[in-house]
Amino acid sequence: MAIPISYNIRNLRLRVGATMMTALGIALTVSVAVFIMALLAGLKKAFVSSGDPLNVLVLRKASQTELQSGVDRASYDTIKYLPGVAKDKAGDPLASPEVVVVIVLPRNDNSGETNVTVRGMSSTGFELRPKIGLVEGRWFNAGQREIVVSKSISKRFRNAAIGNELFFGKGKWRVVGVFDAGDTAASSEIWADVNQMASDFERNSAFSSVLVHATDPIAAQGLKNRVADDQRLALDAFAEPDYYAEQTKSGAPIQFVGTIVAIVMAIGSCFAAMNTMYAAVAYRSREIATLRILGFSRPSIIASFVFESVLLALLGAALGLLLMLPFNGLTTGTANALTFSETVFSVRITLAVMITAILFAVTMGLFGGIAPAWHASRREILSALRD
Amino acid sequence: MTLGRFATKNAFRNRRRSFLTAVSIAFSLLLLTLLMSVYRGFYLDQGPPESALRLITRHKVSLVFFLPSYYREKIRTIPGVVHVSPWNWFGGIYKDNKPENQFAQFGVDPNEIFEILSENHVPPDQLEAFKHDRAGAAVNRALAEKHGWKPGDKVIVQGTIYPLKLELNIRAIYDTDNAFDSMLFSTEYIEQALPRVKGRTGTFYTLVDTAGHVTTVSKAIDEMFANSPQPTKTETEKGFTLSFVAQLGNVKLFILSICGAVVFAILLVSGNTMAMTIRERTREVAVLKTLGFTRGTILSLYIGEAVTLSLLGGLLGATGATLLMIVASKMPNGTFFTGFKVNSPTYLAALAVAALVGFVSAIFPSYNASRRNIVDGLRHIG
Repeated sequence: MAIPISYNIRNLRLRVGATMMTALGIALTVSVAVFIMALLAGLKKAFVSSGDPLNVLVLRKASQTELQSGVDRASYDTIKYLPGVAKDKAGDPLASPEVVVVIVLPRNDNSGETNVTVRGMSSTGFELRPKIGLVEGRWFNAGQREIVVSKSISKRFRNAAIGNELFFGKGKWRVVGVFDAGDTAASSEIWADVNQMASDFERNSAFSSVLVHATDPIAAQGLKNRVADDQRLALDAFAEPDYYAEQTKSGAPIQFVGTIVAIVMAIGSCFAAMNTMYAAVAYRSREIATLRILGFSRPSIIASFVFESVLLALLGAALGLLLMLPFNGLTTGTANALTFSETVFSVRITLAVMITAILFAVTMGLFGGIAPAWHASRREILSALRD
Repeated sequence: MTLGRFATKNAFRNRRRSFLTAVSIAFSLLLLTLLMSVYRGFYLDQGPPESALRLITRHKVSLVFFLPSYYREKIRTIPGVVHVSPWNWFGGIYKDNKPENQFAQFGVDPNEIFEILSENHVPPDQLEAFKHDRAGAAVNRALAEKHGWKPGDKVIVQGTIYPLKLELNIRAIYDTDNAFDSMLFSTEYIEQALPRVKGRTGTFYTLVDTAGHVTTVSKAIDEMFANSPQPTKTETEKGFTLSFVAQLGNVKLFILSICGAVVFAILLVSGNTMAMTIRERTREVAVLKTLGFTRGTILSLYIGEAVTLSLLGGLLGATGATLLMIVASKMPNGTFFTGFKVNSPTYLAALAVAALVGFVSAIFPSYNASRRNIVDGLRHIG
């Protein structure tokens, strides 16, 4: 027969001091793990949800990012009339030549400067990104020194609100609109007219990349192969989502450091939990002997103590999650290893993060509880009663 | 039996508990030592003394824009400047994109670069060979050993920024304290293969004669080009590196908050143990008092015990961190850790934290124990 759960709960309550101290120790470990996982979850979301599968991004061969790439104007004319490129209502191909540069902007909170991506695009560029909508102001006009910025850029950087002027390239640019790109990579970008950008940054001979929209998935595949195989063009093409997914590896340093931190802290917490459970076992040795006499078997005593330890860890997990909840949705940025600029993302305590955190705590509780529980069940009944 | 001996003996009375506490503290301190070393490496270390004399000049708007190559000779005219070399990030791929095959490549002027990077040692004959081969490359020893390169070997690097495949001959292998792997080659190679990039340089590496001139020279460079179409930003080598760290996000806050969480966690562990230990010995405290030990002595006995335990944990943790750092920097994914070492001040700081935590964690329970009425203590059952 199993020992009732209420026995464990009462025991934890009886030794409130020790219980809380151990649980808080576990909570700290859990909260560090949660924070790191939430950072990674946010970063991953920013890249994985970016891009339309029908959009094909054309770069120069061997370039891995738009920043390194160059596509000359003649190639652009060839690409936009390739079969499989969708047409808009007026019958023009849905293709946007883009110029991508990185500029340095000062952050709002005086925490220094960081690189920001500025993308010059034709007005077709908006049509190719239908999910991204304006929340304030209007789109830039072709031929004007106007820019639209993402919501997070407008919040995080100095002089980036509507009506302000940013200085880069050869002069000032007026902020005329703010767009909401959700959690996608574009939420770290500034958009401007491609020709203005090309002249400011002396990119008149070549664009950085060309984005085209395919009529259907098969056409998208065909376009990709056609561009990549054409020896004259010396270009390469990627489905837009694949291009962004590759950038998820920017999170590698956080993941590497975070995993080490979480594992080391977890081992430390395991020992602490073990300590508390040993103390609980020592304190209750007479009680355990009594339980044995009453007929509870050794396995049920092991189960009961392991359960108590897991309960302790669960309390810690709950506390840890509670501690980190205020950080959910916090916007932050990190360097993107490939685009060389800052990627803005939010800290996301997703369901998966929570479940992982709870499993993480349960593992700590299990490891911390097994040895003390084993010792508890092995004690001689008579000598324990005499204690 | 001296009091010190009494405290250490007591610390190991309950062996299992002492062991678990010490190990738990050791793991937390291991982490703390690692984080402190990283923090030191980023924000406190000034690098070799030569590093403070080096300036890096880039385009003011961003690193991705080029500067005109003639800036080099103009910089050279500034009083205090000893040497200037182009320093062009090539960003190429060796073999494949795997992390273990990644290293930095820079296009430089072979005639001047080792005058600037003066603390790096190159055998004179190899330096001559590097200067005389336009397709020559110089690599640091660790990188050469990793890939088994010897002088005379051919290495092919595929460009990503430049549509160009470098076919380089290893000519020099240099010794350096800088842990980051890099390959230096003549920037003329790029210019001759791609005439359109001729006259453009990414950054300039400048060596200044004395520390007193560093600020004036860096200002003079930026002022010289302030009103040109390509204004510059000049930073010290350290400042340039830190700007990369700053882009990773708020690293300082990240490290400090994890350090805070770790210290607090050890405090909890140690405090819990001391509270349990002292509670068990209520009767003993009363006996000690009856024997004539003062409250102060009893207080110091228990604090001594806690400090012994946490110091033991600290020693284990800090030593473990030192070893781990060495191992981690050798792993293919551990490039993050190359360049960080646990030095003696960090080691001592970790021990100091351990001692302090032991001290703080014991204060409240031992103070309560020392205050307890003798008769109550003797009657205590538990």
